[in-house]
Amino acid sequence: MLLQRFLIRLLTMLITLFGVAVVVFVVIRVAPGDPIAMMLPPGATDADIARLRALYGLDKTIVQQFFIWLSGVVRGDFGTSISLRQDVLGLVFNRLPATLELAIVALVMAVTIGGTTAVIGARERGTAVEAGIDIASGAALSIPDFLWGLVLILLFGVLVPIFDISGRVSPQLDLPFVTQFYLFESLLRLRLDLTWDLLKHMLMPAVALALPLAAIISQLLKQSLKEVLDLDYVVLARVKGFSETQVILREALKNAALPTLTLVGVQFTFLIGGTVIVERLFSYEGLGNMAIDAVINRDLPLIQGIVLVFALLFVLINLTVDMMYALLNPRLRRG
Amino acid sequence: MDEGRAQRRGVSPRLWLAGGWLLLALLAAIFAPLVAPQDPLAQDLMLERLPPFWIDGAEPGYWLGTDSLGRDLLSRLIFGGRIAFIVAFAAAITACLVGSTLGLIAGYFGGWTDRIISRVVDVWMAFPPVLFAILLVAVLGTGLSSVILAIAIIDWTRFCRVIRAETMGQSRMDYVENARIAGYGRIGIMLREVLPNVVPSIVALLSLEMGIAVIVEAILSFVNLSISTDDPTWGGIIAEGRLSIHQAWWVLVFPLITLILTVLSFSQFGEALKTRFDPVLR
Repeated sequence: MLLQRFLIRLLTMLITLFGVAVVVFVVIRVAPGDPIAMMLPPGATDADIARLRALYGLDKTIVQQFFIWLSGVVRGDFGTSISLRQDVLGLVFNRLPATLELAIVALVMAVTIGGTTAVIGARERGTAVEAGIDIASGAALSIPDFLWGLVLILLFGVLVPIFDISGRVSPQLDLPFVTQFYLFESLLRLRLDLTWDLLKHMLMPAVALALPLAAIISQLLKQSLKEVLDLDYVVLARVKGFSETQVILREALKNAALPTLTLVGVQFTFLIGGTVIVERLFSYEGLGNMAIDAVINRDLPLIQGIVLVFALLFVLINLTVDMMYALLNPRLRRG
Repeated sequence: MDEGRAQRRGVSPRLWLAGGWLLLALLAAIFAPLVAPQDPLAQDLMLERLPPFWIDGAEPGYWLGTDSLGRDLLSRLIFGGRIAFIVAFAAAITACLVGSTLGLIAGYFGGWTDRIISRVVDVWMAFPPVLFAILLVAVLGTGLSSVILAIAIIDWTRFCRVIRAETMGQSRMDYVENARIAGYGRIGIMLREVLPNVVPSIVALLSLEMGIAVIVEAILSFVNLSISTDDPTWGGIIAEGRLSIHQAWWVLVFPLITLILTVLSFSQFGEALKTRFDPVLR
């Protein structure tokens, strides 16, 4: 049952990825600008142009180009970036860790803030505290990450300049890292000075990304908690003498968390989508920032590679959440 | 029931505040040449980085101050509103027409029609929206119609997903079955019976989508990919403000407040309209 579900999801995932590859490929090839034109030195001859077009495979038909590109992708060859003249996969892997670290820190923040306010709101249900949480989460949800980023730049970059609002790490620092996962590696190496510097750079963009998701978690989890809190087994726990907070944390939470989990999965992909502009806003050297440069430079192979990696990330997250849901939901587990 | 009534009581002030701001901003944008105190493009280096009116050094007539080229901020915001509202209405309505139609068809007919439409939606959802928008505008070329088209191409899925789910729910209800027994055709039932019942959701989404379109346009002009750089846009002003943030904070603060108020108003307005139109809550 579980395995069957997994295989079906895996198949749909591959179809989705194929669809994404087709759409990106078609969209990019309709682009009027010639990517080759930008690479040519002044006074290039027609023969030079033809040679360069052949080098990047641009002289073949669009269908041929697609399958040449696709068969490369399957073998892990995403082509060569036109503007940076480096292997696309290498460039993407160089930047992906920065984006993943940012997204994960933001997710942890969102779950912490959203979870805490949901529990407090459920405990204080019907009071001014709950009303205050509702208003705050309503505002956090309606304002998108781009605007939160700007608000944070104004508040903590200019008004009270306590955090860095530009870059990933202070440029004067000597970095001993062998991987691109700076934050995780600094923790493993116990270089807490570097961890602090990285966090100071990461905090503002992460909060901007986390706030809308925190609001969604808060609203949904509080709603499910309030529903569960009226059920018999919770009332029984209360009669046994547990405090309201204990009742929520020990009894209600594990049953109320399931609907939230499904939603967090979808919303986490939105959060990752948001890194594109938030990284730009904070000059954070991640995948999204590189993507915008790639679009501006009309770097076709790089754009294709980045979009496909984002899409892969999205479908993998959805698959993981779906499987977790199936594992945790007793009704599906036994069925 | 009580909750429904309480919600309705809460509707009015919200609807008035949100609607009031949107109406004010819209009227200012429409009558921009009459309302704006200065020419939004006029540069004057003698007047560069003037602060807003309550700070020493402000000049009369430049209420919200000027940017680093001496252009009047308030006038630029008013003229920027024109682009924002044109994009909001045109993009949201296009996305709504395409998405709602496909959602209605997928939800009502089900089967293969539904499977194909849903698969396309899945593919669309696997794109990071902002990157997709930037990519589309780069491909279509900058300009107002490209921005509108790009937003519609990306966001029709929002309407499609919600309307599909709602239509599925409605199609299972007794009244649809009754209409079928009464001998109405499938398309007739879809348009005359199901559609009116999903209209509240469409209206709420439409208002929400207008707010989203305003933001996407601001993001596109922030990365300098929206319309021509001459015309003032909210995102373009924000991009300038981000650069001169330590010298002239007001160039960032005022467009930011304008954007936040507009986005909040569109979403609140949508919520309020939904409650008002909903036959069950009414």
